[in-house]
Amino acid sequence: MSDVFLTVLLTLDATIRVSSPLILAAMAGLFAERSGVVDIGLEGKMLASAFAAASVAAVVGSPWAGLGVAIIVSCGLAMLHGFATITHRGDQIVSGMAINILVGGLTIILGLAWFHQGGLTPALNNESRFLSITLPYAEQLAYIPVLGPIYKELISGHNILVYAAFAVVPMVWWVVFRTRFGLRLRAVGENPTAVDTAGLSVIKLRYKALLIGGVLCGVAGAYIATAHNAQFTRDMTAGQGYIALAALIFGKWRPLTVMLACLLFGFLDALAVRLQGVVIPGIGEIPVQFIEATPYLLTVILLAGFIGRAIPPKASGMAYVKER
Amino acid sequence: MKRDTRITWINRLLLPLLNILTAFAVTAIVFWLIDVNPIEAAEVLLYGAFGYEEGIGYTIYYTTNFIFTGLAVAVAFHAGLFNIGGEGQAYVGGLGAGLAILFLDPTLGAWVFIPASIIGALLFGGLWALIPAYLQAYRGSHIVITTIMFNFLAASLMVYVMVHVLRETGQMTPQSELFPTNAWMPFVHDVAAGFGYSIEASPLNLSVLLALVCAVLVWFFLWQTRWGYAIRATGKNGTAAVYGGIKPKRIIIVVMCISGALAGLVSVNELVGYQHRLIMDFHLGYGFGGIAVALMGRNHPLGIIVAALLFGTLYQGGAELAFEMSGISRDIVVVMQGLVILFCGALEYMYRPWLIRNLAPVKQQEAPTGVTA
Repeated sequence: MSDVFLTVLLTLDATIRVSSPLILAAMAGLFAERSGVVDIGLEGKMLASAFAAASVAAVVGSPWAGLGVAIIVSCGLAMLHGFATITHRGDQIVSGMAINILVGGLTIILGLAWFHQGGLTPALNNESRFLSITLPYAEQLAYIPVLGPIYKELISGHNILVYAAFAVVPMVWWVVFRTRFGLRLRAVGENPTAVDTAGLSVIKLRYKALLIGGVLCGVAGAYIATAHNAQFTRDMTAGQGYIALAALIFGKWRPLTVMLACLLFGFLDALAVRLQGVVIPGIGEIPVQFIEATPYLLTVILLAGFIGRAIPPKASGMAYVKER
Repeated sequence: MKRDTRITWINRLLLPLLNILTAFAVTAIVFWLIDVNPIEAAEVLLYGAFGYEEGIGYTIYYTTNFIFTGLAVAVAFHAGLFNIGGEGQAYVGGLGAGLAILFLDPTLGAWVFIPASIIGALLFGGLWALIPAYLQAYRGSHIVITTIMFNFLAASLMVYVMVHVLRETGQMTPQSELFPTNAWMPFVHDVAAGFGYSIEASPLNLSVLLALVCAVLVWFFLWQTRWGYAIRATGKNGTAAVYGGIKPKRIIIVVMCISGALAGLVSVNELVGYQHRLIMDFHLGYGFGGIAVALMGRNHPLGIIVAALLFGTLYQGGAELAFEMSGISRDIVVVMQGLVILFCGALEYMYRPWLIRNLAPVKQQEAPTGVTA
């Protein structure tokens, strides 16, 4: 019994670790799409900041320096996306795609030139990584039945960026739904002309939204390279940016539901790892690929309107033309 | 002072040229950043791509893939659709080609196998695009998001099929058994030998002719048929097309099936033409490369052939570069693809206001046009 309990706990613990970058990236996407800019460049921004964080942390020896540079790089790419799609009204999908492909190649080329390790960055030692934090009394409380292990395994023992990711969610909710900026942000994604008529700059608001997204993607990338792993490897985000995009749709552009969608997709990922080669009585072995494909399948089904309806912000995907 | 904004030579010639030059210039900066002399690198690259017969063979072999995916993206673009799912469609197309060959009697002749594998690739690639197309047309889900999801679904599906169904017995590597030799698309060097010419062996096979035929067919279809007209009309102005009696839902379905089928043909070149078995990840990068090719080729088959040749050159030359120079890899081609998509796609009109301001003639005083200015 306790074995089963521990297995469940460990799977949930893995869920939290896998979900954290998804949550950060999905929140970044939320700001962009709420402001009317579709951002499929989440993947590229995460990958670029993962590379930046790992490189800087390896050279300087501090994960915080890595995080800082990761955020700068990610914001730079966000501004490039803004320059192309807001200022020059370029296609938002094409721009996002360009960023993803560009970063995919550039991280390898620069990594090769700088570190000569086949595109990898040097492995990080413990001083240059974000390490797990043991919350107070985790060891002492572990003996309390049920709650003790939950506290020790599930809540305690994560690195600071995991806690940051979960702390960001209520903050995003508060900013988007309870502040003046949030109201304007939502308005500019639904009806930019009205916002413009009210005397606010559509362009500035959208740039701001992208910049916030840039910061969040930077943290997500730093997490992947310097907290969850200990170096940069080729294409290490492995589609997490797209999963975050799926979670954003699945959570219908609302912070709390988006977080739940991220946790669900993270859980499926953790489950896929745990169920590898396990034969379940009565069902047999579930192919890992099937579980891996579930987030994508769920998103397709949701988008098709078979389970509820996902309605994006009205003006998302369109550049704003002032004079009409 | 009003300038005429509809000057053809600026919009059609100067602007695309400047965009491509910008992409090249930024690539040169990347070379400079990694301490590689861009001119030296270009020399190695060009030698690798055109300096010897085997290199030329490889270049055209890669070009073939880019023609298929470039056409695939372009056909969808003409209807105003962005098919980002070329990767998945090419991959699943491979399953179609592979199944057609593996399930036919191995004693049959090439005249059965080759058409069957082409049809298999067309069908499966098209089918993989049909589902997102249907969902876009009849369920209102956005084609870009669905095709992205279908790329991942394709990857999972293919891993499953390769590992659990088609894996060669007794092998660890997830790949199918070798295709019977009758099913191989003939190599160009073998065909040339048949005619008495001797050229170095390379993966180049007759699929390149298929790619050229496809380019001509796409041109004919888009610009010489009623369907093509309907597709282009929908892409230019969907509302006007509806008033003209065109049914946009049908257009979406037809266009995406054609697009997916074209992407599926990558597998004919890769698997039927060279690998001769179903392998993992043979498609990687070609689907996304097709976006760059289509944008650079201005969605015209002729432009696509030229752009595909450029990327084929870069692909093969990049391999030579990685071999000759330490500290650089073929990924430089990916960087360049990204830059081409950025400057020829997303930032297509970056220079336009500036060019119009400085080069376009001042608008002649036109007759008063009534209410609208």
